[in-house]
Amino acid sequence: MAEAVVSASVSTPSVPVPAALPVRTVLPWAVFVGLLALIALYFVGAEQGATSVFAGTDVHEWVHDGRHLLGFPCH
Amino acid sequence: MYASTVRGLLVRGMLAGLIAGLLAFAVAYVVGEPPVDGSIAVEEAQAAHAGHGAVSEEAAEEEAVSRPVQSTAGLATGVLVYGVALGGIASLAFSFALGRLGRFSPRATAALTAAAAFTTVYLVPFLKYPATPPAVGNPDTIGKRTTLFFLMILLSVLLGIAAVIAGRRLAPRLGNWNATLTAGAGFVAVVAVACLFLPTNDDSVKAGFPAALLWEFRIASLAIQAVLWAVFGIVFGVLAQRLLAPRAANTRPAVEQTAPATG
Ligand SMILES: [Zn+2]
Repeated sequence: MAEAVVSASVSTPSVPVPAALPVRTVLPWAVFVGLLALIALYFVGAEQGATSVFAGTDVHEWVHDGRHLLGFPCH
Repeated sequence: MYASTVRGLLVRGMLAGLIAGLLAFAVAYVVGEPPVDGSIAVEEAQAAHAGHGAVSEEAAEEEAVSRPVQSTAGLATGVLVYGVALGGIASLAFSFALGRLGRFSPRATAALTAAAAFTTVYLVPFLKYPATPPAVGNPDTIGKRTTLFFLMILLSVLLGIAAVIAGRRLAPRLGNWNATLTAGAGFVAVVAVACLFLPTNDDSVKAGFPAALLWEFRIASLAIQAVLWAVFGIVFGVLAQRLLAPRAANTRPAVEQTAPATG
């Protein structure tokens, strides 16, 4: 890690290039947050359209305008 | 140390997504709502004229949440959740990209990440399956249209990631500029072939729907997403730069501190 920072700062002393974050540190965050974010996006973009987790049309109707304007297929 | 950096970036990404969502909501309310209202008026006029069962049922469904609520609180919910969720995802994409794309500062990496997200998550799918206003589509094909749309996003994102990796692999041989052009051309070529072979949504727009209204709606949709990602890129860039710049500046003292231990 230190080596990467040193070699980056040696080649361009004026503009320090940030060291890369290790993949094994980012990956758990990416999987966990990615999953939560996709669930949230599902409720905005697709719930009670093609598929339904909850019965009725309340979720669909509430986010209806956003769903159309953000580009999701709606009805 | 790295874990707290990733967490810090994630929080800043979601915050930037929230701010971007607020501005995108303003654009959506001002330029997006008029064509949505216009489309609903077309839908109701057709329902009244034809007395068609399916269409009048849909018009009745619309009453479940009133139009003033749909166009304000409902629209805000959708756009803000979209902004925060994609802001979080984009901040993690940024965490992977940082220091791996070449000689880019955190701010420049944030701008590149936002541009890539706008292109792969919205623009490319939009070119094949553009946004449609209410009342335009056929309710019987919503399953097919939803599947194709999400498939297109997935394909476009994966191709984008593949292009970035290919570009970085080619850089030592071709140089940064030519490697970027080659990878970009490859991305465009594969996307074009995919667009040719994926099925079209023939029934996503009903015959006789006013073309000017459809155009107005689609430009509004494009504007909302362009504003969302531009604001995200700028705000997240500032926040990420502030978070990471002190660390970059402190690397020399940190190295000096570890040096005596080894010597
Ligand atoms: Zn709809």
